[in-house]
Amino acid sequence: MQSSRLIALIPALALALSAASAATADPITERQALMKDQGRAVGTVTPIMKGEKPFDAAIVQSALKKLNDDAQKIDAATLFPAGTDKGDTTASPKIWEDNAGFVAAIEKYKADTAAAVAADPKDLESFKTAFSQVSKNCGTCHQTYRIKKD
Amino acid sequence: MRKLAMLLIVLLLVAGGGFWLLSAPTRLEPQLLAAAQPGDATRGEAVFWQGGCASCHAAPGASGDARRVLAGGVQLVTDFGTFVAPNISPSPQGIGGWSFEDLANAMMKGVAPDGRHFYPAFPYASYARMQVQDIADLHAFLQTLPPSDHVAEPHRLKFPYTLRRGIGLWKRLYLSSQPAVTLAGADEAVKRGQYLVEGPGHCGECHTPRDGFGGLDTSRWMAGAPSPEGKGVIPNITGGEGGIDSWSAQDIAYALESGFTPDFDSLGGSMADVVQNMSHVSAADREAIAAYLKAIPAHPNGYPATR
Repeated sequence: MQSSRLIALIPALALALSAASAATADPITERQALMKDQGRAVGTVTPIMKGEKPFDAAIVQSALKKLNDDAQKIDAATLFPAGTDKGDTTASPKIWEDNAGFVAAIEKYKADTAAAVAADPKDLESFKTAFSQVSKNCGTCHQTYRIKKD
Repeated sequence: MRKLAMLLIVLLLVAGGGFWLLSAPTRLEPQLLAAAQPGDATRGEAVFWQGGCASCHAAPGASGDARRVLAGGVQLVTDFGTFVAPNISPSPQGIGGWSFEDLANAMMKGVAPDGRHFYPAFPYASYARMQVQDIADLHAFLQTLPPSDHVAEPHRLKFPYTLRRGIGLWKRLYLSSQPAVTLAGADEAVKRGQYLVEGPGHCGECHTPRDGFGGLDTSRWMAGAPSPEGKGVIPNITGGEGGIDSWSAQDIAYALESGFTPDFDSLGGSMADVVQNMSHVSAADREAIAAYLKAIPAHPNGYPATR
């Protein structure tokens, strides 16, 4: 009797555990994975930017889409909650000192990636224009809101 | 007793006089300046971007064409106190009245037209290696920029750094037009890169660790250093452990142009601004900088491990 009730509890317990782990997933790991993913997208178009490979509309559009998808996932409140400047992170305290500025920088990035996808570049020149509009955000945001550690 | 007091006074006078003499500002030789041709503003614009003037002298947060308005106001928060970059636009509040000779003495000797020492937050210890002709061209270019009537706040420094005269002694130790490293068998690209990096580019000011008196430790040239602004580090850009040995020369040139590292991270911190400057520099010059960085001696990180 007792044991059967316990067994019945197991699925509920497992469900509760997995929900808890999703909610407490480390925001530092999560945001770093998201950044790395965007880096990979940049990597797929770098040979085209450098002129090492010919322009390919399909490759660049899929990279821009990837960047846009990732950009839309960046949420300051969940990925950069207060206190997560501590630990294995290069996030600058400025994120929380000037949170409105940080949120505005993220919004701008989202708007610029969406615009680049909408532009759907069909030649190298228009791709370079669209991509530089997107990639400027990397430098601007990292200039203020990231601290290089080692 | 009276004799002893007299002796003390004499000693103090000698020491004070010695300090006063040793700390005196020195200017460039007039014949060195006379050898320069009249400045060419087009060439001067290239020098402007190589020198990164806008990074400190444009208004804080300026981007695009606003980086050509050198209104000043950027604050450098350091262990010595807060330095505020002055207005260097061609206006009465800026340096509108400066001659080419004034600019050359400021950039290569750290001396203001009125004879005061500038603080070495203004990287004249690097600019001292520049060619006088580049300064003449830069002077011509600076006059083409928009004037600003902004008056930058004064520096807010801690004692004893408030005493400018002492900078004269610092200059005796660290101000030199000699190259920072000797590179045997350097080709033209490496030589050009050396000029750009050690002179106008003033890369060593952040990427090289400093000794106890705040001078650059050339025995660990470009080994990386604690950030002069207090938080984090400036990376090692030699081929030593922790450095950028795995980067090819093309990787370095592309990072300077685009801001992307070989693993597609993006350069941040104050380097984001350097990338903005470097994107205006010629491709040949970016390649020369890369060639030079591949040629300099390798060192392990010039800063303590942070984790």
